[in-house]
Amino acid sequence: MIRLEHVSKVYKTSTRPALDDVSVEMEKGEFVFLIGPSGSGKSTFLRLLLREEVPTRGRVYVSNFDVAKMSRRRVPRLRQSIGCVFQDFRLLPTKTVAENVAFALEVIGKPRNTIVKVVPEVLQLVGLDGKEDRFPTELSGGEQQRVAIARAFVNRPLVLIADEPTGNLDPDTSQDIMLLLERINRTGTTVIMATHDHGIVDSMRRRVVELSYGKVVRDDARGVYGVGR
Amino acid sequence: MRTSFVFSEVITGLRRNVTMTIAMILTTAISLGLLGGGLLVVRMVDKMQANYAGKLEVSVLLTNDVSANDKDCTQQPCAGLRKDLESTSGVETVVFQNRDEGFERFKRIFEAQPELLKLARPEAIPATFRVKLEDPERTDVIKTAFEGKPGVKGVDDQGKFLERFFEGLNGMRDVALILALIQAFAALLLISNTIQVSAFTRRVEVGIMRLVGATRWYTQLPFLIEAVVAGIIGSVTAVGGLVLFKAFFLDRITRNLTESGIIPPIGYLDILIVSPWLFLVAIVISATTGYVTLRLYVRL
Repeated sequence: MIRLEHVSKVYKTSTRPALDDVSVEMEKGEFVFLIGPSGSGKSTFLRLLLREEVPTRGRVYVSNFDVAKMSRRRVPRLRQSIGCVFQDFRLLPTKTVAENVAFALEVIGKPRNTIVKVVPEVLQLVGLDGKEDRFPTELSGGEQQRVAIARAFVNRPLVLIADEPTGNLDPDTSQDIMLLLERINRTGTTVIMATHDHGIVDSMRRRVVELSYGKVVRDDARGVYGVGR
Repeated sequence: MRTSFVFSEVITGLRRNVTMTIAMILTTAISLGLLGGGLLVVRMVDKMQANYAGKLEVSVLLTNDVSANDKDCTQQPCAGLRKDLESTSGVETVVFQNRDEGFERFKRIFEAQPELLKLARPEAIPATFRVKLEDPERTDVIKTAFEGKPGVKGVDDQGKFLERFFEGLNGMRDVALILALIQAFAALLLISNTIQVSAFTRRVEVGIMRLVGATRWYTQLPFLIEAVVAGIIGSVTAVGGLVLFKAFFLDRITRNLTESGIIPPIGYLDILIVSPWLFLVAIVISATTGYVTLRLYVRL
């Protein structure tokens, strides 16, 4: 599903590589925590999958896409098969909940009748039915993140990337979001989540890939955040 | 492609940057208005050249003595001069016009200016040979051969006068076009700047569009259309400006000249003929500028 082969990424402005000879494979339907301190290369890892960055060396495969080698024209196709959730939600304040979700389909040219059908479905899945016409500012942080997850999932991506999705949320709300991500994972969607949240990683007991200074230092099938941290 | 979506994005974009949009439209309009003015002058000069081509004559003016005493050009030196003119190579026709006929013609030309006619006396009009040349450019032949001959008061070359007039008009055209070019440059920078500002204010949207896999065209098209819409509004304003300029200014100051047939009038038809070019220029320039800006300065 996702495979990195000896991937290194060196940014022009830095002497130390952000990723250093990383080789990892993730299967379809896996739930993977990507952990490590700030600057360990988690964000670079995720950006490579989205082809926001191109690796300096090595190859990146997502589904059938040879991400590092593909032409620019094919990049939208790749991104349509990946959903993204961020710490800061990134909702459009001028659009309602339903419009925010519909936006993701509108801009990839989905027909109107598909949009009016699937948007309520996904809002129900994330537990936001009844709040379609609210604006993001009228929602709590947890609800805003649910909108973001709905938007990321509405096109039924193969992979859901979550970059510290609980970073701005209190523990209880974080737990709810994790339950939601688990539910999405159970539909067969691969979930890759970068996080600093010990509690969540420890309680979920899922695969943990730990990065440090751009290298994979640990890859446990049912891991915890780390002993003594 | 969902057109309704793209257009709603365009309208929000234009509204959000309303001051920049207005600046962009005005600069484009002024630039295109000047370009239109220049093109109208070109049309006017073309029309005038067509009007006068084949009609240009050299006038050999005769002295007062001949004008007063030899109405039919039967005596010397008039008859001799006519013979010499007719036998000069390159001369097509020679028409003698005595003082009375000349005065009639004068009255006809200036019938729109009665105050001028009141002052005019036949005695001021000399008898004239109106000489038409096979090649209207070769007027110097007549001038060198006949100026200073007995009975000749002077040789008047309409072509020379017209040339100066055309030079004046062409100068006006050049000034208009140069100003149009400078304004176009300013418009270009403004379009580029507006698109950059517009892309910046919409960076969250654009970021999301990129992430969910919108194609390049989908992300760029609203910005491009924004620029083109502003360009089209600019060209409509420019055409409107030209119509108003004609109606309230040009018609007034050129009325005498156009009524007496010296210069052809600029009609609404001329503006209509020029305006598609203004639209085309506006669309091409705004679209190209928009595209280049998006490519070079905006990461979409």
